[in-house]
Amino acid sequence: MSRSPVIVPTGTANTASVNAAFRRLGAEPKPAEGPCEIRDADFLVLPGVGAFGAAIDHIDRRGLREALVDRVEEGRPTLAICLGMQLLAERSDESPAATGLGVVSERATRFPQDLTVPQLGWNRVVPDPRSRFLEPGWAYFANSYKLASIPDGWVGATTDYGGDFVSSIERGDVLACQFHPELSGPWGADLLDRWINGEGGRS
Amino acid sequence: MAAPRLIPCLDVENGRVVKGIRFQNLRDAGDPVTQASMYQDQGADEIVILDVSATLEGRGHAVETTSSVRQVLSIPLTVGGGVRKVEDALALLEAGADKVAVNTAAVERPGLISQLAKRFGSQCTVLAVDAARQDNDGWEVVVRGGRTRTGQDVVRWIQSAATRGAGEILLTSWDRDGTRSGYDVELIEAVAAAVDIPVIASGGADNADHLERALESGATAVLIASILHDGVTTVDSLKKELLLNGIEVRP
Repeated sequence: MSRSPVIVPTGTANTASVNAAFRRLGAEPKPAEGPCEIRDADFLVLPGVGAFGAAIDHIDRRGLREALVDRVEEGRPTLAICLGMQLLAERSDESPAATGLGVVSERATRFPQDLTVPQLGWNRVVPDPRSRFLEPGWAYFANSYKLASIPDGWVGATTDYGGDFVSSIERGDVLACQFHPELSGPWGADLLDRWINGEGGRS
Repeated sequence: MAAPRLIPCLDVENGRVVKGIRFQNLRDAGDPVTQASMYQDQGADEIVILDVSATLEGRGHAVETTSSVRQVLSIPLTVGGGVRKVEDALALLEAGADKVAVNTAAVERPGLISQLAKRFGSQCTVLAVDAARQDNDGWEVVVRGGRTRTGQDVVRWIQSAATRGAGEILLTSWDRDGTRSGYDVELIEAVAAAVDIPVIASGGADNADHLERALESGATAVLIASILHDGVTTVDSLKKELLLNGIEVRP
């Protein structure tokens, strides 16, 4: 039976690339309707395009916060992409008034002013050797904000853009990527495959 | 640092890839899905599809093309051409575009840029600018495939678009497009110095030296079309040459 990652709606339309990437791996992605599905999903994807505050608003208006926080705390198979990773933080300089999910004690900060921002393009990912999911390689990024340090209790990967920033963190079966695995060619497809079809994938 | 991107561009008319010189004399250059997939396999970092259909009916194919290309593409896809309102952009994004490029409609109604950036984020909002050299000095924005001059200064227009939330500039030299005589490096320098968002150089690429010069002039990505469609070279061999010259591209 094909695995069905449940995709959390974050208010912006673009989940087509994520869906297409999972279908190429033989999985059948479906959109989440409410908190129960988010709680019960074998595999959950928290994509993210757009602004921090708008995405958090969207999550809160649909009452999804608690279900999301719980499954990340429990280390159940959850993949957070780009803004989705930043949503795990306590807050972001992008929307200072918004309260993030707060499962990691970090704040998302903007890249320094002297850089080309947003970072749009391919960059090297250097994972901790203890990473269960990541291999060293090139990933596609589209971000202006990032986490500055790897939170306690998580294994991470870093990438250099005017200095190192956190390009990925993982704990249990939770994997959060600042890059877009669905747009990162064969390297990204392998990563998604390890997450959804891997041995440790099902809790 | 992020690697410079090599971006094959497919001009699509009525669902078929076409290529012309200075946006004119379009000739058939193949099926978009086959071509996008081939360039992906050659190591393309991203694909741009610009719909150049003259008719509304022709443009209707753009959503369909986007959706078919998305199924095979595991690298970013930008789609532009005929995007006049937020709903047009939404349809392309839902079909599988990662970014949407606006051109003429944004010149006529600059507020469109802010609307797109607010709704989808700056990283989704690409401003395509066609620049024609002026006799005296500088460049003028041209629209409708080069047929209409606007009298607007290219650098000032791009600066105001960046303020409105454009996340990337697709900068085409109208004078060089399809001529294979090299990018307009002065144009790239002028624009890259004026904004801190990424600039994609477009129009005139013939060889790896041209790519290198565009990147040295401040472009973070280069658009390539004719030389790929004509089979003169491949993304792979261009990247090999750039690597030999010490430019770190994604292998």
